[in-house]
Amino acid sequence: MSMSLDPVATLSPHPLLSRYAECSMWLARYMERIENLARIIDVTETFVRSGASDGWRAIVQINADEERFYASHSKATADRVIAFYVIDAENPTSITSLALAARENARALRPLISTEMWSQLNIFTQFLRGLRAEDIRPSEISQLCARIKQECQTHTGITEGTFYRDQASLFYNAGRQLERADQITRLIDIKYHTLLPVAAGVGSEVDISQWTSVLRSAAGYHAYRRVMAGDLRPSSVVGFLLKSEAFPRSLVCSLRHLHNNVSRLRSDYRLRDAGGIVERIEFLRAGLDDQTVGQIITRGLHEFLDWVQRQLQDVQTEVAQAFWPPPRPVSAPDPVTIEMSGQTQSQS
Amino acid sequence: MGDSADESVTHHGTQNAASPPQHREGLFSGYLNDAFFCELTNSGGPPDPRILQLRERLGALELGDLRNRAANAERELYNLGITFTVYSERNSIDRILPFDLVPRVLTNPEWRHVEAGVRQRVTALNMFLWDIYHDQAILKDDVVPRELVVGNANYCPQMIGLDVPGKTYVHVSGTDLVRDDDGTFLVLEDNARTPSGVSYVIENRHTMLRVMPDVAAGIDLLPVDDYGVQLQKALAEVAPEGVDDPQVVLLSPGIYNSAYFEHVFLAREMGVPLVEGQDLTIENDKVYMRTTAGLRPVHSIYRRLNDEFLDPDAFNPSSMLGVPGLVSAYRKGNITIANALGTGVADDKAVYAYLPRIIRYYLSEEPILKNVETHICAEPEGLAYTLANLENLVAKPVGESGGYGLIIGPHATREELAEFRTKLRADPANYISQPVVRLSVSPTLCETGLEPRHVDLRPFAVTGRSTWVLPGGLSRVALKRGSLVVNSSQGGGSKDTWVLAS
Repeated sequence: MSMSLDPVATLSPHPLLSRYAECSMWLARYMERIENLARIIDVTETFVRSGASDGWRAIVQINADEERFYASHSKATADRVIAFYVIDAENPTSITSLALAARENARALRPLISTEMWSQLNIFTQFLRGLRAEDIRPSEISQLCARIKQECQTHTGITEGTFYRDQASLFYNAGRQLERADQITRLIDIKYHTLLPVAAGVGSEVDISQWTSVLRSAAGYHAYRRVMAGDLRPSSVVGFLLKSEAFPRSLVCSLRHLHNNVSRLRSDYRLRDAGGIVERIEFLRAGLDDQTVGQIITRGLHEFLDWVQRQLQDVQTEVAQAFWPPPRPVSAPDPVTIEMSGQTQSQS
Repeated sequence: MGDSADESVTHHGTQNAASPPQHREGLFSGYLNDAFFCELTNSGGPPDPRILQLRERLGALELGDLRNRAANAERELYNLGITFTVYSERNSIDRILPFDLVPRVLTNPEWRHVEAGVRQRVTALNMFLWDIYHDQAILKDDVVPRELVVGNANYCPQMIGLDVPGKTYVHVSGTDLVRDDDGTFLVLEDNARTPSGVSYVIENRHTMLRVMPDVAAGIDLLPVDDYGVQLQKALAEVAPEGVDDPQVVLLSPGIYNSAYFEHVFLAREMGVPLVEGQDLTIENDKVYMRTTAGLRPVHSIYRRLNDEFLDPDAFNPSSMLGVPGLVSAYRKGNITIANALGTGVADDKAVYAYLPRIIRYYLSEEPILKNVETHICAEPEGLAYTLANLENLVAKPVGESGGYGLIIGPHATREELAEFRTKLRADPANYISQPVVRLSVSPTLCETGLEPRHVDLRPFAVTGRSTWVLPGGLSRVALKRGSLVVNSSQGGGSKDTWVLAS
């Protein structure tokens, strides 16, 4: 009996170009990064005005941009940080630059993605490019961030509703979860010092509202209130952001989805090279599951977060090596190693 | 529009003095067709009732309404990314090809005539290419001068003796047609390399039906949606022998190419991967694409890259766009490349002049579509005629494209004519001459309302083992008053081309 595959009923037997896989992953990463950045700017705006945060400096830290930022700015003032992160086309980590990078990836993916996905990104990028200094005045910034968040969520919704569920969508979702996991660790990390036992301000009003702003940045404030009621101890907030199974931006949640997507590359598409990556993600998940929040804090929260970030970077590197290896050099003597920047990764 | 679409610069001409105005209803009340052949209002003989119906519907629209619809159409094209991209140093700007809402209509008999003519022409071109890369009978018989072919910059020595599947070289062709005062279709030039613009044919139809549903309602048109399927089928047909389930890909120079949208469009319509040079690799003279599951074989390539960029090993060593070793794999018969290499010799301006003879030579038929009357200055009669009538002719060097080095007799000064005659006598073989063609016009939305603007027509033919012609084709329109240049780079736009179904 001859076996015939029903191409509609079975998973697509079509191979996926390596370049498409790479672009799918980075499209998702950049869009997720834009949304996170818009959230942080929005929340910082609100809380710095109320004198409760040193947030502008923190945004520069979170993106590991100190060197580049202070090369052209003497002080991390609101105006300068906002301009640097929203409209500065020279800054590769600005929302405008990230959106352009997302759009270039989407442009390469146009054979795969829906017209709606492309069209929305096209209009979004157009809008960002048109922003001028007067559009990022303090009076405008909250509305602007709301618009940017909404555009990112629209992208997510259109993608959910129209992106064909084959390999490319697994790479896309893996990218989103990887970025989300990375962002949450960075967000926690900028406040880790308030958990150090020596600090005078620990447990103070200021300290608490700083953690409140972290929760708000992650869109987790109301969920946290509902679940944790009056417990606003920093360690509880950290515990929620790292380990809540139900909070969509918690580290544990992102890692679970990441694991699921990469596992399916192996099981559904027989991509054997995914095996090693799955194991690394399992190792990472165990590192989180096997410790209580108390233990993590006692042993060193900053060190833990740093370890998670390095693991995530390794996952990205291994995915790249497995699925979009550089072409075999025709005559190059030594393999070229790509220097990863210490913190935020970007497409090489 | 990129690629060879820009090469078809048509002749410049003068607008004739106005003929008596013809009053029509509504939007057409001020429409003056200036005694040119008009595609909509005086297309010879009693008009088809459906054309009358269209005219009535259009005429009944308010100008403001039509302008709103035009603005909506433009915004939609822009937002959907139906654009070509112009890159400057720091920026990329997406531009749309201006779209005019008034369709250009071909009756079914008109279309059948064009279709048969295009098919005949493509058949002759393919036979000519096979011959000149094999026995060269047509050269031995002195029908076409040998030097014109083998001395041509586009003659590709790598193609000599290579047996391409189906004997097909020109898988995709675009034939640029114009209509003269009588409405007679004339071939202005052939595009046998990588003709572009077909995506606009299909997208224009979609836009038309969205923006003008009331105008198009109930008029039965031949569909244009089939192009991708036909192209995919043709390329699979001519894959190397012995491959059961051939993998077809579209090879694009990449996202920075101005015609990238069209490449995306075609890849999607064909259901094949859009690859760039970096996605392909050659091992043991076989072509593979890089996928997440490793290397996968590729059998047919629809390339949207010119010959010289295809393979740095064979042509331009500095090209980063191509695939090293591709030509060698091609020579081994392991890959089909569409269009084949070296087809540029067939759409050369000088060879064009011989096309009627080429058709008679291989097919023993008269050309169905006539060339614009062309005088070959390499021949004594042609030279004599050109010298004697230069003030009424367009004379152009055969090796140039884009209108470079040509003279438009009626526009030239006495000194310029004298100077050109000297050049002609010094090197007659380098020139051909043609009369100035008074291109047909079509009503087009302009500043003051509907005005006549000159149009051409580029039908697209797809050839695997046989030839299929997409009904209609790209109608380009010169938006500037009096201009005969339809190129997008020089103020040209496009129209939806309707072929009546019966």
